[in-house]
Amino acid sequence: MIQFFFRRFSHIFPAFIGVTLLTFSLIHLIPGDPVELRAGERGIDPARHAAMKAEMGLDKPLYVQYFNYIGNVLKGDLGKSFVTKKPVLEEFFTLFPATLELSLCAMIFAVIFGIPAGILAGVKRGTVFDHTVMGVSLTGYSMPIFWWGLLMILFFSVNLGWTPVSGRISAILWIDTDTGFMLIDALRSNEPGAFKSAVSHLILPSIVLGTIPLAVFARMTRSAMLEVLQEDYVRTAKAKGLSPRRVIFVHALRNAMIPVITVIGLQTGVLLAGAILTETIFAWPGVGKWILESIRRRDYPSIQGGILIISTFIIFVNLGVDLLYGVINPRIRHNS
Amino acid sequence: MMSETPIIAQDNAAPPHPLQEFWKYFSENKGAVIGLYFIICAIIVAVFANYLAPHNPFEQYRDALLQPPFWMDGGSSKFILGTDDVGRDIMSRLIHGARLSLFVGVIVVTISLAIGIILGVTSGYFGGLYEIAVMRLMDIILALPSLLLALAIVAILGPSLKNAILAIAIVVLPHYVRLTRASVIAEKSKDYVTASRVCGSGPFRMMFSVLLPNCMAPLIVQATLGFSTAILDAAALGFLGMGAQPPTPEWGAMLANSLQFIQRAWWVVTFPGLAILLTVLAFNLAGDGLRDALDPKMKR
Repeated sequence: MIQFFFRRFSHIFPAFIGVTLLTFSLIHLIPGDPVELRAGERGIDPARHAAMKAEMGLDKPLYVQYFNYIGNVLKGDLGKSFVTKKPVLEEFFTLFPATLELSLCAMIFAVIFGIPAGILAGVKRGTVFDHTVMGVSLTGYSMPIFWWGLLMILFFSVNLGWTPVSGRISAILWIDTDTGFMLIDALRSNEPGAFKSAVSHLILPSIVLGTIPLAVFARMTRSAMLEVLQEDYVRTAKAKGLSPRRVIFVHALRNAMIPVITVIGLQTGVLLAGAILTETIFAWPGVGKWILESIRRRDYPSIQGGILIISTFIIFVNLGVDLLYGVINPRIRHNS
Repeated sequence: MMSETPIIAQDNAAPPHPLQEFWKYFSENKGAVIGLYFIICAIIVAVFANYLAPHNPFEQYRDALLQPPFWMDGGSSKFILGTDDVGRDIMSRLIHGARLSLFVGVIVVTISLAIGIILGVTSGYFGGLYEIAVMRLMDIILALPSLLLALAIVAILGPSLKNAILAIAIVVLPHYVRLTRASVIAEKSKDYVTASRVCGSGPFRMMFSVLLPNCMAPLIVQATLGFSTAILDAAALGFLGMGAQPPTPEWGAMLANSLQFIQRAWWVVTFPGLAILLTVLAFNLAGDGLRDALDPKMKR
């Protein structure tokens, strides 16, 4: 197990180096000169230009620049935003809880609806229920979520008036955001109605962001169930006279969940990408919206830093999924 | 006396033409057939957009701003699906948008399939350090969320439909490379390949004339599904203002500013998204059907 852990752990280094190479080259691939970009449209005199170039370390050979960049990244220095002049890392982590909260809620929504739907569809293969679940999930899988979000706002917020249109909490409430997780902060604030307001702001974005993962989970769970239900051990369990419930939930489901857990992990990337769209529609102040704004403002340190942190986060999530996979499935850990 | 055994039944049932056999399996899946018909309709609409569209997609009818669809009060049969905030006919824009979306799909799939096949076949065939380098690069691309990477590429190149197409082609590339490489490795050890090598085939012939045709089935499926990814991602980039730029009648870009009209004009929001959904769904349905029909493991 320890050997498996280290072997898998060593895989993250090439991925991390690749991602840093990508974000490093980002700043060099932009047409134009980084110094002039920073100076803006007013232009800059040659002496100051050279000084700034030296200050930014751009006068050194590329490989030296890369090693300086890696060194800074490992020290946690991702540079300062061109626009706000604040450290990128700080900006990112003040906004990250909002994205994490939204992604977690979306994931919970997708899991609690997608997996049971997939199990039932697999067990009742070929029935109307199965066809409905498959049809709905294929539609969900094909959904342009930015449009789905607009439709949800149109229906639930505009026509029915059930949920708010945007933001994380009602504007009239002013609560301390210590943790950055609005649900926790609202609970701790003891403000009447704060928690309810935070929840109502979360519902639509979570459903919208969770739609594609939900569809993927339902399809994946169904096919995993179908595969497992054909196994000999399931037939044996049935032959022993166990109740159908026990056969499905104990003998089949546990084994069917192995591929599903991997897919849940892999959806993290999808969620973070989807967050860019969802946060834009619902004016949700998270990192997705922030990265998009950085791209619009050509704030390259923020784009660079944001992409680097999110990709590193995903690399670690994938590592976690693989390790978990090894824990629950001995066949993986003992294979070379 | 020897009696000749009479030939009772001549085995004259020739094996069905491959296309016939394919259609037999494909048409078993009703969803796939519906998807295929929808795609054919979309292609016809895209090709004949100039004739089918009732209005010029760019023309602004200043006396008919935000006019509702014809079945609603205030709507007219002149603008069947209504008009947008500057008085352009939504249906004409959707029809021309079909052309754009299918064009994006064709270009993205062509670029990524061509480069993916070359990288995949060569890395599967030659192996070694080259293979490791290619596959690691693909792993890195896969480690990033596709939309984020596409946005990063557009951030470098600048927002336009052309750059969005390029960005999406890069983002989807790893799928084709991995698929091709995996099939090539699986085929490489088979007897017919060895036979061809013994006959003296050179590497180029081996890769593209012997191996590649036997690796096409999963690639065809992936390419069909690739259309849906390309259309969806291009629309998302257009929506974010990082793809097609206004006033281009691209479906995603048509939705970009629609949030502000959501209370007054639901039709501005609804129809472009419905067009995206149906087209993407059609390609996904057809892709699923193709997979079932082409995958030998699924054939009974």
